Amino acid sequence: MAKVDENKEGIKGMINPTRYGIERFAYLLMRLTGLGLLAYFVAHIYETSNILRGKVGWQEFLAITQTPEGHIILAIVIGMSVFHTVNGIRVMLGHGGIGVGKPARPDYPYAPQSQNARHKIAIYSSIVLAALAMMYGLAVMFGE
Amino acid sequence: MTSEGLQISKEESGVMVSPTKTITLRISRYNPKINNESKFDEFKIPYQRWTTVLDAILEVKKHLDHSVAVRYSCRQASCGSCGMKINGRPALACFTKISDLNSDVITIEPMNNFPIIRDLAVSFERMFSTHKKIKPYIINEVSEINPGTKEFLQTPEDVEKYIQFSSCIKCGLCNSACPTMATDSLFIGPQALAQAYRYVADNRDKGKDDRLKIIDDSHGIFRCHFAGSCSQVCPKGVDPAMGIQLLRGYLLGFRD
Amino acid sequence: MRESVIMKIHYGTALASVALVAVHILFRLTQGFSESLQYESVIANYEFLPYAGMLEIILILLSIHGFNGLRVILLELKQGPTFEKSVTYGCIAAMALIILYGSRTILMTSMGMV
Repeated sequence: MAKVDENKEGIKGMINPTRYGIERFAYLLMRLTGLGLLAYFVAHIYETSNILRGKVGWQEFLAITQTPEGHIILAIVIGMSVFHTVNGIRVMLGHGGIGVGKPARPDYPYAPQSQNARHKIAIYSSIVLAALAMMYGLAVMFGE
Repeated sequence: MTSEGLQISKEESGVMVSPTKTITLRISRYNPKINNESKFDEFKIPYQRWTTVLDAILEVKKHLDHSVAVRYSCRQASCGSCGMKINGRPALACFTKISDLNSDVITIEPMNNFPIIRDLAVSFERMFSTHKKIKPYIINEVSEINPGTKEFLQTPEDVEKYIQFSSCIKCGLCNSACPTMATDSLFIGPQALAQAYRYVADNRDKGKDDRLKIIDDSHGIFRCHFAGSCSQVCPKGVDPAMGIQLLRGYLLGFRD
Repeated sequence: MRESVIMKIHYGTALASVALVAVHILFRLTQGFSESLQYESVIANYEFLPYAGMLEIILILLSIHGFNGLRVILLELKQGPTFEKSVTYGCIAAMALIILYGSRTILMTSMGMV
């Protein structure tokens, strides 16, 4: 039997954050920051293993990472961690049914209760906190 | 009284007649049995303030190209037949006014994540099978009403807990909007999960453990990431995202 | 393992690592960022056993959380019994590998074998 084309939107649909509001954008950012942090985590485990090469090996590693480019990458990592953490806590609470509203008889214009101001504010807060953390990180790293 | 003396009141209508404008409809045309890929046909249609997308498509069928395949029935957002992608977003064609779209060109495509039968008509087989999978009926060992009782009693508060989710018209817009459904062929989908909650929240039902076991799967409830797009597109206010998170609360120990 | 158990672990590791990573970062900010990264300072941190223990716990928690997240993303992108088994076992293997590699660094440095 021929395979039916499921007409799936595919990855393009999954990563398109534009059509459904800030919550869909937060979903995409959560995935991107998660993958970015995983890549940084693996790189960090590798780069810190340079301590086993003694002082010379460690200095060589610092020469690569303690550069303006290294600082910028670290600032991006700081932003990603803060967003992923704060939004992750919002998502965890949401997953437990907290802050999603209470079931009630739907009435026109049928606005969904789960897409409420609390969650929108939490998403915007996580973006703002990430930006603030990045700025603080840049101030510490470039300020020295 | 003579007719001269009698002033017949002049009927004046208070309704403002909407001026007729023209819109371009870009309708996706695709017959999997004949074509390799879809193409768009363009049609210029007159419309007024209250013209819906479905009205416009039926105008096309009536006067311009009667071969456009479209599924519709009630024309009042209660049957769920006319779900399609309108300007990139799943919506019911009968419930979407052209004037509300604020666009000179309206692109109409079949709903994503549903196999295309032809043009705008899609197959609902997968959605119906995932819906059946969650046992969408009251599970209660009491099959006969006990003598002396009239019915399973429910207070208005008991009804409020699930009635929102019983408004589902199985239109499939939520499944079309879901980012997980976009890539995961085995995901159970927001429609089925919201209906699972509808029955779990119903105090007449005793099948909670059965349903929780069914959805506790690698392509079950935990592949929902609360993106909320399902609730954004639901035309009946079912808010499937709410139902899914409330249902997940049972599995995570937030509720018992 | 049931998906609900895996996800409870995913959430648990997330919450625990937030607290511990915060401590890890604070250690770098106590002395001044560049001074705290000097060789002697880092060795002293590793030789302080509670800190080394905390690093080991962070390593395990984040490996589990990170690779389980990757497993979820990959499972949603493509389905099929062979692919799903490969992704699951591949992620477990990657988890184990990174934990072993990181633990080697922590153990050898804290035991002064540098």
